[in-house]
Parts: sequence; C-alpha cells; structure tokens
Amino acid sequence: MTSYLLKRLLIGALTLVVASIVVFSVLEILPGDPARLMLGLNASEATVQVLREQMGLNQPILLRYLDWAGGLLTLDFGKSYTYSVPVAELVAERVVVSLPLALMALFLSTVIAIPVGVFSAQRRGSAADTLSMGAAQIGVAIPNFWFALILIYIFAVWLRLVPAGGFPGWNAGLWPASKALILPAVALALPQAAILARVTRSALLEVLGEDYIRTARAKGMPRSHVLWRHALRNAMIPVLTILGLQFAFLLAGTIIIENVFYLPGLGRLIFQAITQRDLIVVESVVMLLVATVIVVNLLVDLSYAIVDPRLRIRQ
Amino acid sequence: MTLPVTEFERETFGSFVAKAFANRSFVTGFAITSLITGMALLSFFWTPYDVTKLIVADRMQPPSATHLFGTDQFGRDVLSMIMVGSRNSIAVALVAVGIGMGLGVPLGCWAAARGGFVDEAVMRFNDLVFAFPALLSAVMITAIFGPGAINAIIAIGIFNIPVFARVARAGALAIWPREFILAARAAGKGKALITVEHILPNIANLLLVQGTIQFALGILAEAGLSYLGLGAQPPMPSWGRMLFEAQTLMMVAPYLALFPGFAIVITVLGLNLLGDGVSDVLDPKLRRQR
Repeated sequence: MTSYLLKRLLIGALTLVVASIVVFSVLEILPGDPARLMLGLNASEATVQVLREQMGLNQPILLRYLDWAGGLLTLDFGKSYTYSVPVAELVAERVVVSLPLALMALFLSTVIAIPVGVFSAQRRGSAADTLSMGAAQIGVAIPNFWFALILIYIFAVWLRLVPAGGFPGWNAGLWPASKALILPAVALALPQAAILARVTRSALLEVLGEDYIRTARAKGMPRSHVLWRHALRNAMIPVLTILGLQFAFLLAGTIIIENVFYLPGLGRLIFQAITQRDLIVVESVVMLLVATVIVVNLLVDLSYAIVDPRLRIRQ
Repeated sequence: MTLPVTEFERETFGSFVAKAFANRSFVTGFAITSLITGMALLSFFWTPYDVTKLIVADRMQPPSATHLFGTDQFGRDVLSMIMVGSRNSIAVALVAVGIGMGLGVPLGCWAAARGGFVDEAVMRFNDLVFAFPALLSAVMITAIFGPGAINAIIAIGIFNIPVFARVARAGALAIWPREFILAARAAGKGKALITVEHILPNIANLLLVQGTIQFALGILAEAGLSYLGLGAQPPMPSWGRMLFEAQTLMMVAPYLALFPGFAIVITVLGLNLLGDGVSDVLDPKLRRQR
C-alpha cells in the first residue's frame, strides 16, 4: 500500500510539473503584449520597454518559467497585471466564494443522489425506480446554466425568496451570504446528482447480486443492515471515483455558474483574467485548479483503502 | 475467406436492427435524434422565417400561431433560430467526437498493442489531460485563439482524445489475450494488421456507445461555451448564445429562455437514450456509467 501511494504521489507531482510547463507555454503564445495592454495604445515604445523590464518580460523564457514555478511552490504567485495586487490576495478573496459554493453543491448532490440511487436499486423495476431513473436521465441532459436561469426565474423573479445574483460578502453575515449561494449550488448540483444517482444504483445492483449478500440475508441479518453495511460499502468504489471526478467538474462549472449569478469567485476571476490578458492570474489560477484536481484524485485513491480493507493488503 | 465473413456480418447486423427496434430506449433515442437531425437538415432549405433579417416591428412577440416560439429582441423568429442553431450544435459536437476518435482510438490501440513504456506514456498523457477540468481548458483555448465555432470544436475535441484512448485501450487489452488473436499471430500477421482486422471490429460497439455519450457531452459543452460568448459568433444563431441573450430579458420575455433550453435537453436526452439502447442491444452486460 505504501509503495502504491508513493507511486501515485510521484505521478501526481510529475503531472503537476508537466501541467505547469503546458500552461506556461500555451500562454506564452498568446497574442498581445501584457505590458502594452496595461499601458494602453497611446504609450510610447520606451515606456512599454521600461515596464517590460520591470515585469521581467525581457528575461529568457526558461528563467521566467523557473521564476514563476518556484513562486508557485512558495505560494508567491506574483502580481496581477490589471489589478496590481498580489495574485495570492486575489485568489484568497475569490476562493471564499468558489470553495463554499463547490462544497455546497457537492454536499447537495451527494445527499440527493445516494438515497435516490439506493432506493432505486432496492426497488429495481418498480414504478418508483423507473420514475427516479427517468428523472435522472433528464437531469443528466439539463445544462446547469439553463437550470440556473429557470431557478432564477422561479425563486428570484417570481417568488422573490433569494437574490437573482451578486454576492454580499461574508461580512454581511452568514445567512445573507449563504442565501446568495443557494441557487448557484442547486444549479451546479442537479446534473451531478443525476449522474451520481445512476452510478450508485448500478454499482449497488452489481453488489446486491453477489453471493455474500445472499449469505448475509440467509443467516438472518435484517435487510436494511445488509444494504447499508455490506452492500453499500462494497458499492462505494465507483461512487467515490465519480465523486472525485465531479469535484473537478464542479470547480470548472463555477466558471459558467458564477457568470450566470455574477458571483465574484475564482471562475469569474479566471474568465475576466483571460479576456483581459492578465497572464499571471490565468496561469496561477489554472495551476491551482489543476493541483486541486490532482490532490482530490489522490484523496479518492486513499479513500478506496479506507472503504475497502482488501486493497490495503493487496497493493 | 472473405465470403463467410461478410455473410456473418450481414446476419449480425440484421439481428442487431431487429433487437434494436424492440428496445424502448433505442427507439425513443433514435426517434428524437432523427427528429433533431432532420430539423438541422431542413434548416438548410427552409425555415419559417429568415434568421438574418431583423424586423424590429415584430420584436418580443410571445408565442403565437404566426411565431410558434415567439420572436426575440430583434424580431427574429425563435423557432427558425433554434432550427439553424441545431446545425451548429450538431456540427461542433460531431466533429469534436471525430477528433477524439480519430486521435484517441489509434493512441489507445497502440498502447494496448505495444504495452510497456508506450502504454505507460499514453496513460500518463491521459492523466495529464484529465487533470485539467475540461471546461476550464476549453474556455482558455477559445479565449486564446479567439472565440468561434472552429476553436470550440478543437477545445472540445482535445478532451475527447483521452476518453477514446482509454476506452479503446481497455477494450483492446481484453481482446489481445483471446485465442483468435493468437491464431492471427501464428499466421504471421503483424500487430498493426491484427489491430485493424481483429481488434477494431471487436471494440467498435464500445466506441459507438462512447461516441454517443461524448456527442451528448459535446452538445452541452458547446452550449456552455457559446453561453459565455466563446462559441459560434453572431449572426450565426447558437442555442447557448440565445440563452445568454434571453437572460437579460427574462423579466419581460421568459419564453425566450425556455425554448433553446428545451432544444438542448431534448437533443442530449435523445442521444443518451440512443447510447443506452445501443449498449443494451450490443451487450446487455455493458452497463453505462452515465
């Protein structure tokens, strides 16, 4: 198990290094000089050159890469071209919106999907199963931003229960701030919940057909105990895999959803940074998200061993 | 040698069609997909109104007999725009699947045939692409190379490559140890020839099912990109962009946000049902993950 983990850790680190090279070089070929963009079209060539020097844009590309990558390791992301504040500060400001949003969505999707999946698997072929899987089939097909528009129309425009967009900030109090995140979280969660419910159901159905389930039932164990303790635990591996993938999806999904709701989160930051050619912000936020995805996948791998003790010995 | 093979194939194809049309998912999916494709084809010859003509006098009309789905803020007929927009959605998703299959399948087959270092390298490349949240990179690519349908295709296509590579590799790895492959090798066939003649036909059903899944995901991704303004550019109508424009008008004309959304949901639903149906018919054991 330890050597397996070490290998995974090494692969994760290697992926991160290659990803940083890819991100850095892709953004290098981006048209437009950041220095000129900052100063505007009327700036003289000399002023642009001075700024290029200050920003270190005249250094050899390899040096600039090493400088940037070294900064990433110490969480020193450099300074934003457009906002003129450290990127780390910008990210810190935005993470407090995006992370709670993604976690809320993940939580919602899990608490909806797992019971639905279990329920459907238990009553396979029943009307309830057909109905919930039909709903899941439709849920998978709904684009989250369209669902967001519908939610805005019903709950913000029509019923006026929650704001249609914007974020008051956590300083405004826990409730007003979380209220602004409810609709976005629901919009992000629904399509994910639909996928998760289907995976839970099919994973559970596979396990329920196993011999040891019949044995457990035959020796008189209550149905619910067999379901929750024996079957669900064994069905968790595919569910966890999908959950890990979904977290990455949720983080990226914030790009669209934060635009729908005008939330000042990471997704909106990166979208604006790309259009403003604020390279250093784009590079840093992309790397941050990639690192998060890699770490989450590692955690998922780790959790396999917790859920399934057999894997601890085998590997 | 060739005659019995073709006869065998014809027979299985016939039984496939018979089984397929007895499958509820397949029939529903097939009907919806045909309807959408038909609508896209029809839009080349005929739409109720011209989508490039702005008739300000007719703007923001709610659905009626003259404009079935109403008109937008420029007086364009929403139904006609949805019809023309379907071309864009289908074309982007279809070509993106083509890119994914065209590059991913050879990559996956190569990894399975060679094993060892090649296999490891292909799998690590997959890990690398998977580490980038697809939508994030698509936004980056389209923003860097400029918005537009072509760049949207490339952005979505790139993320289809590792998906097909993975499916092809897994499928091929399961076929390689089989006896008929051993026979082919004993007959002196090379790995490339075996892959083309024996591996590919045997993993074709897996690829077909994955193809419909990626097609559906491509439609959703294209809608997302064009909602952000990074897909097809006006005056070419696209479903995502229609939704973006509808958002600001939601107070006065909620129906504008309704119909393009339905178009997306129905198309994706149809493709998913079709994929479910095909996989049920081809291999009842093969349960789809999504």
